[in-house]
Amino acid sequence: MATLAAEPPRVESRVNYLNASYGVKSWLLTTDHKRIALLYLISITFFFLIGGMAATVIRLHLISPTGALVEPQTYNKLFSVHGVIMIFFFLIPSIPAVLGNFLVPLMIGARDLAFPRINLLSWYIYVVGGLFTLYAILAGGVDTGWTFYTPYSSTYSNTHVIATALGVFISGFSSILTGLNFIVTIHKMRAPGLTWFRLPLFIWAHYATAVIQVLGTPVVAITIVLIALERLLHVGIFDPKLGGDPLLFQHLFWFYSHPAVYIMVLPSMGVVSELITCFSRKRIFGYEFVAFSSVAIAVLGFLVWAHHMFVAGISTYAGLVFSILSYLVAIPSAIKVFNWMATIYKGSISYDAPMLYALGFIGLFTMGGLTGLFLANLGVDVHIHDTYFVVAHFHYIMVGGALMGYLGGLHFWWPKISGRLYPDKWARFAALVIFLGFNLTFFPQFILGYLGMPRRYAVYPPEFQVLNVMSSAGASVLAVGYAIPLIYLIWSMRYGPVAGPNPWKAKGLEWNTPSPPPTDNFEETPVVTEEAYAYGE
Amino acid sequence: MEPAGFPLFPEQASTIAGGVDRLFFFLVLVAGFFSLLIFVLIFVFAVKYRRRSEDEKPKPIAGSHTLEIAWSVIPLLITFVMFGWGATLYVRNSRPPVNAVEVFVVGKQWMWKLQHSEGQREIDELHVPVGRPVKLTMTSEDVIHDFFIPAFRVKKDVVPGRYTTIWFQATKIGRYHLFCAQYCGAQHSAMTGWVYVMKPVDYEKWLSGGGGESMESSGEKLFSRFGCVNCHHADGSGRGPSLVGVFGKPVQLESGETVMADEAYIRESILAPNAKIVKGYPAIMPTFQGQASEEQLLQLIAYVKSLRMAERMTK
Repeated sequence: MATLAAEPPRVESRVNYLNASYGVKSWLLTTDHKRIALLYLISITFFFLIGGMAATVIRLHLISPTGALVEPQTYNKLFSVHGVIMIFFFLIPSIPAVLGNFLVPLMIGARDLAFPRINLLSWYIYVVGGLFTLYAILAGGVDTGWTFYTPYSSTYSNTHVIATALGVFISGFSSILTGLNFIVTIHKMRAPGLTWFRLPLFIWAHYATAVIQVLGTPVVAITIVLIALERLLHVGIFDPKLGGDPLLFQHLFWFYSHPAVYIMVLPSMGVVSELITCFSRKRIFGYEFVAFSSVAIAVLGFLVWAHHMFVAGISTYAGLVFSILSYLVAIPSAIKVFNWMATIYKGSISYDAPMLYALGFIGLFTMGGLTGLFLANLGVDVHIHDTYFVVAHFHYIMVGGALMGYLGGLHFWWPKISGRLYPDKWARFAALVIFLGFNLTFFPQFILGYLGMPRRYAVYPPEFQVLNVMSSAGASVLAVGYAIPLIYLIWSMRYGPVAGPNPWKAKGLEWNTPSPPPTDNFEETPVVTEEAYAYGE
Repeated sequence: MEPAGFPLFPEQASTIAGGVDRLFFFLVLVAGFFSLLIFVLIFVFAVKYRRRSEDEKPKPIAGSHTLEIAWSVIPLLITFVMFGWGATLYVRNSRPPVNAVEVFVVGKQWMWKLQHSEGQREIDELHVPVGRPVKLTMTSEDVIHDFFIPAFRVKKDVVPGRYTTIWFQATKIGRYHLFCAQYCGAQHSAMTGWVYVMKPVDYEKWLSGGGGESMESSGEKLFSRFGCVNCHHADGSGRGPSLVGVFGKPVQLESGETVMADEAYIRESILAPNAKIVKGYPAIMPTFQGQASEEQLLQLIAYVKSLRMAERMTK
C-alpha cells in the first residue's frame, strides 16, 4: 500500500459526492446514501464518545472495592447510560447505517437505495430518538440498566425511564426503515448479471440483519409501550401488585434483544468476509455455507431468547428446550470461522490494518462464541448468570466482535469514503493496542465472574480488587487505542495521500468507481460477469 | 475473616459445587482447545502464507463439502454432550430432597429477611447445618432480586408474586458470601450478606436461641386473626373447604381442572380467591391482598402444611 510519505495531497478537481454541493442544507436535506452514511458516521461517533465516557468513569470507580468515585445510585445511572447508548445508539446502527448505507448500493451496482428519502427520514428519526435519550441523561439519568427489567422499571424506579425508553422506541423505527430499505434494494436493484450467489457476503449479512431488524424491532417497541402504560396509567401488565407478570417482560424483551445481538454481529461477519478475501487474495472458501449461515443465524436467533432466563423462574422443561436451541445457533457461527480459516490457508496474506482487525475479530469472536457455550449450559449458567462472566462474554461478542469488524470495515473502505489514505503504521499500531487493551480489560472479568462477582455492583468484596484493577488498567489502554484512529482518520481527510479508486486491489463493484464516488455512483450501470472474490482471475 | 489476597477460583462448599466445576472444566477444556486451534492457525497461516511479492496470485479453492460437513457435525456432537451434561445437573439440582430443612426468604429493597420453620428469624444472614439438605422458598415484596451463594454454585431469581425455590447441602463449615445478583435499584450492591455453615449441634443451639414461636404456630394464630377459621372448619362443615390434608395433593376445581395444592396455590387462594374455585364451594371468599404481608403468607402456608401432618397423625 502507498505510504504516508508518498505525494502531497492534490486538489481534487473531479466532481464527487463530497464536493457536488456545499452548505449545511446540502447535507441535512441530502438523499444521497453516501452522505447519509456520513451523517450516521458523525452521529454514532458522538454517541460512542458519550457511552465511552460513561465506561471510563465506571472502570475508574471500580478500582476501589468501596467505589472510588461516585455514589452507588450514580454508578447505576452510569452503567445504564453506557448500555443504552452503546447498544441502541452505537452498535445497532454502526455497520448497517454507516457502512451498509454507503456500500449496499455501490456493491450491487445501484445508484442509491430503493427509498432515498426514507433513508434520510431514518437518520432524522435516529437523531430524534437520540435527543430524547440525551435529554433523559441530562435531566438526571435512568437507573434501570439497558434491560429495563420490570417491575423495577415500570413501578419502582424514580428516574427518567419514560424519556429514555421513548428514545429507544423512536430509534427503533429508524432501524426498521433501514432494514426495509436494504431488503427492497437488494431484491430489486442488483446490477445485470449480479445473481444472488454472486453477491458479496457483506450483502448477504446485511440482508439477514435487515430481516431481524424488520421482524424483531416492533416487538421491543410494543414492550416499551406496555411499560409506559403500566408506569403512567397503572395498567397491570408486568407488576404482580397490579395483577401482571414480571417474567412476561423478560420474554418480550429478549425476543428482540437476543436477535439484536445478531443485528450487531452479523454485519461484522459480512465485513470480515470481505477483508479476509481481499487481504489473502483468495475467493471465500465455501461461499454458500458462509452465506446461508448468516440466514441460519437470523432464523435460529429468534428461538433462543429464554437462555437469558434460566434462573428467572421459568420451568425446567423450558430451560431444556432453550438450552439445546442455543447450542444450535452456535453452529453457523462455527461454520463461518472455519471457512475463514480455510480461506486464508495458502493465501497471499498482507498485514494491512483492516486485515489485522479482521484477524482480531476472528480470534475474539471465537472466544466470545465459545464462552457463550458456558452460558447456554444449564448446569454452569446457574452459577455464572448475572456475574461478570456474562459481562466479559458479551463484550467479547459486541466489542471484540462487532466493534472490531466495524473498525476493520471503516479502515478498509475509508479510502473509498474519503478518497484519502490514512497513515498505515499508526493504523496497525492502533489495531494492536486495541486488541491488547481489549483482552486486558475483559479477560480478567471471566475469572471474576466464576469467582461470583455479580454484575452491576457499585461496591464489591475486597478479594475481587486485583482483577478489577487489571480490568481498569486494560480499559485505559483500550481508550488510547480508540483515540488514535479518531485522530488520524480526521487528519487524513485533509492531509492524507490521494487513494485512487482501488488502493487494496480489491474485487467488488465499489472499487470500480472513483474514490470518492460520484453522486450517481457509476458512470454507467456495471454488468457483472464473474463471481464474488474472483481474486484468481 | 475472609482470606485476603487474590483468589482465582471460588471455594467449593456444597454437594452441588463439585459437579458444576467438573462440567466447567470440561467446557474450559473444549473452549481452550478451539481457541488455541484458531489462534495458532491464524498465526501460522499469517506467517507461512505472508505476501512475499506484490504480484502473487494464490490458487483459488472453492470449498469442500466433506470439510463443511465435518466442521458442522463434530461441533454439533460436542455441543450435544455439553447440553446433556448440563441438563442432567440442572434437572437434578431443581428437585429438593423431601427431608430438607426449610427456610423462607423474603427479599425487599435492599435486605434479605429469612425465617426458619422453627421460627428463628434473621436478616442478611443465613445459618444452616453442615451435611443436611436445605430448601429455600423465596419471594419478593417489591422488585426482582436474586439469591446467589457463589461457594454453593446456587442462584435463583426472587420474584414478586410467586415462589421460587433452591436447595443445597453445605459440605464445609465456614462463612460464605450471599449476593443479590439481579439488579434491584440504588443499593443493589449493598444487598449482600453471609451464609454461616455450622455443626448440626451448633445449629440446633442457634435455632433454639431466639425463643420465638415456630412459623406454624404463628400461622395458626393468623388463621384465627384473619378469620380463616370461621369458614375453613377442620371437619369440612364450614362454608369453605376443610384444609386438613390438602397440602401436596391435587384439588378438584369448579372448572373441572385439578390443581396441585402447593405453596403457589395456597398463596393465590389467599390473595386472589376467585382465581381457582374449589369444586362444590361458592365463590364467597374475600381477598386478603394488602392485609397479609409476604412473611405472614409464608406463616399461613406453614400452618396449612402442618395440617397435612395432623392428618397423618390422626391416621
